[in-house]
Amino acid sequence: MNITIIDILWWFLSVVAIFSALMMVTSKNPVYSVLWLIATFFAISGHYILLNAQFLAIVNIIVYAGAIMVLFLFVIMLMNLNKETEPQKNRWLKIAGALAGGCLMLILVAALKDAAAKEQVASVNQGNIGLIKNLGKELFTTYVVPFEISSVLFLSAMVGAVVIGKKE
Amino acid sequence: MPILNYIILSIALFSIGIVGVLTRRNAIIIFMCIELMLNAVNLLLVAFSKMHMNTAFKAGDLAGTAGTDGQIFVFFIMVVAAAEVSVGLAIIVMMYRNIHSVDVNFLNRLKQ
Repeated sequence: MNITIIDILWWFLSVVAIFSALMMVTSKNPVYSVLWLIATFFAISGHYILLNAQFLAIVNIIVYAGAIMVLFLFVIMLMNLNKETEPQKNRWLKIAGALAGGCLMLILVAALKDAAAKEQVASVNQGNIGLIKNLGKELFTTYVVPFEISSVLFLSAMVGAVVIGKKE
Repeated sequence: MPILNYIILSIALFSIGIVGVLTRRNAIIIFMCIELMLNAVNLLLVAFSKMHMNTAFKAGDLAGTAGTDGQIFVFFIMVVAAAEVSVGLAIIVMMYRNIHSVDVNFLNRLKQ
């Protein structure tokens, strides 16, 4: 059992992702939650790079950390929510929520740890299916119809956001 | 890297998102937890696509384009998530304008 640099990077990124996700859930201040979630997204992008999926890594950083999270920050700051005003929920409800999530995790792990694909290996740091050349060719030949439909989805989302957000 | 490691990592991130949805009351943070769950699923899809590529490569597919579909799916999930966030944040802003709070407990009766 020799430890390679990829193993070290994998465990480091996983610990960063889980720690930032936990801090995101437990932070009282919503602005800190957004920043921790951005840290989680960067760790997940690191995982994508480790899996040689460079296109998705860059898109994850641009779309999630760049666009979506900035939108969240704008909304939080425009609504002046960046103070710790969240009323405390009943402590038992919090314990029950954590217990329910923990039970779900336990059951999923127990069910999947003997799965048939257990022996399989996700090839790290090799293969070119995640490069933009291959993905672009696939996206504009086989998946060109869903790609065009997604532009209609964006148009309807834009119209919906304007209509909902408009003052009466 | 064994696929089981990726499965357990994704389950952990997904469960943290579930716990966040169940325990927080701020609508924006609940929305962020949903984004976290989507990302956990995306990570698992990419890992499975690389696993599929690996098995196809061992079986003799030397061109090595098996598993591209999984990454295209992740791309479309990101597209849908971006559209969802724009509409969802508009709804939250509307809710803040009406009841001056983003606490979901005030929404137990939607028609006030």
